[in-house]
Amino acid sequence: MPIYLDNNATTPLDERVLEAMLPYLGEHYGNPSSSTHAFGWTAEAAVDLAREELAGAVGGSPKEFTFVSGATEADNLALSGTLRPGGHLVTAGAEHEAVLETARYLESAGVRITVLPVDGHGVLDPETLRAALLEAPDGEPALVSVMLANNETGTLNPVRELAETAHEFGVPFHTDAAQALGKVPLDMEDLGVDLASLSAHKCYGPKGVGALYVRRRPCKGVRRVRPEPLLRGGGQERGLRSGTLNVPGIVGLGRAAALAAGSLPEEAVRVAALRDGLQRRLLQALPDARVNGHPTGRLSNTLNVSFPGVGAGDLLAALPEVAAAAGSACTSASAEPSHVLRAMGLGEDLVLSSVRFSLGRFTTPEEAERAAEAVAGAVAGLRAPVA
Amino acid sequence: MESRVYLDHAATTPLDGRVRDALVSHLGEPRANPSSLHGLGTAAREVVEEAREAVARLTGASPREILFTGGGTESDALAVLGLARAAVAADPARRHLVVSAVEHSAVRKAAEHLESTGYRVTWLGVDGHGLVDPRELSQALRPETALAAVMWANNEVGTVQPVEELARVCREQEVPFHCDAVQAVGHLPVDVTEVPVSTLAFTGHKFYGPSGVGALYVRDGVELAPVSFGGGQERGLRSGTEDVAGIAALGAAARLAAGEREEWARRERELRDRLVRGATAIPGVELNGHPAERLPNNAHLAVEGVEAESLVLFCDASGYAIGKGSACASAGEPAGGEHKASPVLAAMGQDERRAFSAVRVTVGKDNTPEEIDGFLEAFSGAVAQLRELSPLYAGRG
Repeated sequence: MPIYLDNNATTPLDERVLEAMLPYLGEHYGNPSSSTHAFGWTAEAAVDLAREELAGAVGGSPKEFTFVSGATEADNLALSGTLRPGGHLVTAGAEHEAVLETARYLESAGVRITVLPVDGHGVLDPETLRAALLEAPDGEPALVSVMLANNETGTLNPVRELAETAHEFGVPFHTDAAQALGKVPLDMEDLGVDLASLSAHKCYGPKGVGALYVRRRPCKGVRRVRPEPLLRGGGQERGLRSGTLNVPGIVGLGRAAALAAGSLPEEAVRVAALRDGLQRRLLQALPDARVNGHPTGRLSNTLNVSFPGVGAGDLLAALPEVAAAAGSACTSASAEPSHVLRAMGLGEDLVLSSVRFSLGRFTTPEEAERAAEAVAGAVAGLRAPVA
Repeated sequence: MESRVYLDHAATTPLDGRVRDALVSHLGEPRANPSSLHGLGTAAREVVEEAREAVARLTGASPREILFTGGGTESDALAVLGLARAAVAADPARRHLVVSAVEHSAVRKAAEHLESTGYRVTWLGVDGHGLVDPRELSQALRPETALAAVMWANNEVGTVQPVEELARVCREQEVPFHCDAVQAVGHLPVDVTEVPVSTLAFTGHKFYGPSGVGALYVRDGVELAPVSFGGGQERGLRSGTEDVAGIAALGAAARLAAGEREEWARRERELRDRLVRGATAIPGVELNGHPAERLPNNAHLAVEGVEAESLVLFCDASGYAIGKGSACASAGEPAGGEHKASPVLAAMGQDERRAFSAVRVTVGKDNTPEEIDGFLEAFSGAVAQLRELSPLYAGRG
């Protein structure tokens, strides 16, 4: 089994999450929309409990969370559900494809799109946002969408300040928090965001389930956001997201979020120590390696490194004992050069030689050490002159 | 301890034990994202592709024609909105839809949404059994029709449409035809080589598979526009990390259905017929929907002189779980929605009183004749009791 350092692509399911899900894969199989019998009521109660667990883990009240199929759907719902032709979406160049591709679609539908530059660490400066909003015409219905933590570099954005800045202009704020859940303490109330996208499988929960947070009591100066549904039908999730609820998945999301909240910050400290060790060893062995992303304002588990002169694809091919990523895994099976690193101003050589190592709950110190050795060896091997 | 008997399989089905094994084992391994290029990612990709083959085999499709989604509602939305957007992109005049009046709310509300954005919708009526007339469909199609949608089998009354004829009508007039087959797949033979649908929606949890995962068949050459955006998974038509375990379980359910569907349907039909015989022997109880062209597991009963609302609760108290109308239409609706009569029964010409007295009893492959007999006893007792209490029924039969 290779050493799994691709936890930002997806995480293994925690046994405790599986345990919570099992009854709903067995005897409790009812449809929560079945209001006519106990099978349905049991399922509904499980969904309610999961919603409470999720709200307890990330702040906000249970009613503010809508279950969806994942962060991509949550992002689509937040953006497409809120913006109409004539509206304005302000986002940043290092966002996930779920935001940037939705923005591209919205542009074709008559929404004005502003993609703001990020700095060399991948951070969006609130002053950059302020300048963009100052230029926007008065009364133009707008939404700002900036991710909490970047999936490729782990860089954290100052979301509270960014949300405040947006709110000064009366503009609501969305954040894609898929990578942040379980890695940094989250409190929707405190962050002041109006919309937030969450996913279970980045946090030791199952794939195929996520949530959209929608603030009910808006911050001062901002109107309450009321997204239009993308999926219409049976009217589940108070009409915002129709479709039979994925009860085992939802139970898994609730439990995964609660477990993560319970193990923060100890887990983050432990993982950060492993990540820092990996980084130190790599930089010692390969002094020209360059760490991408913010040196400190970064997810504790993420290490994105460029190895000048070494193609990331070649490196990963030479490194079957380590499962890591070139760029992000979230762009379907393509090894497109990273738009995130480009947005940070990296040259093509550094972009194409960058590898993302993302550690996790189940990474052992021994694995982190072995990985460092293996990577350093493989880079050296690829650089050795051909005999 | 008394165990509960589940007779609401049209709302959702229990996982078959073999499907559960596949699901649970894939929740553990492989632990990767199928879009990841390393070995573990490749292993996850293989799981997804094997499931795609199984799902394709079940429906006569080729694997590249199968997309995985988050469920039946999403499959329907992607088909209706995606076909409409693709049509209008090719020709801005194509803003007309033809949709049956008995569609599941996932199709109906997607069409109503398009209607609110400037599309025109021709709603196709049905006869007293809930059947759409292919000639009426033919007459409703116009050069500017972007798509027609008629479901394979109705989720409330169980009526099975003449989909082969309906699809042929559309193909002859070169109009894309979407079919919601959520209730049909796994219960009826569904073969896209025989029925020329353009798109076909279905989901795992209606045939002993998982919830939270669905599929959309998209015939080769059919133009479909994506309606959500992101990493470009599923050929760019459905972005988002694939639910590997759910997809594997859907594949497992499809493999089971391919081998066992006929046996399941035979058993369901036997149980259902036993149930209908027993229930309709009670005076004032009638079967809704088509007497023969119906889902093998569905008994939709109009019970004169009782409120379905009370009847289902009486049945639950005796340990029998049944539905009223449709699970997807009753719960979760905005306040007040609960007391709207089902549009399906209205389209079939039934008045409100009869609609509110209807219950849906849907059997499954693992129900037993004894359970049906037990249900009939509880049911007739509940009906008698409720009628005694009912001023509407006082002094009658």
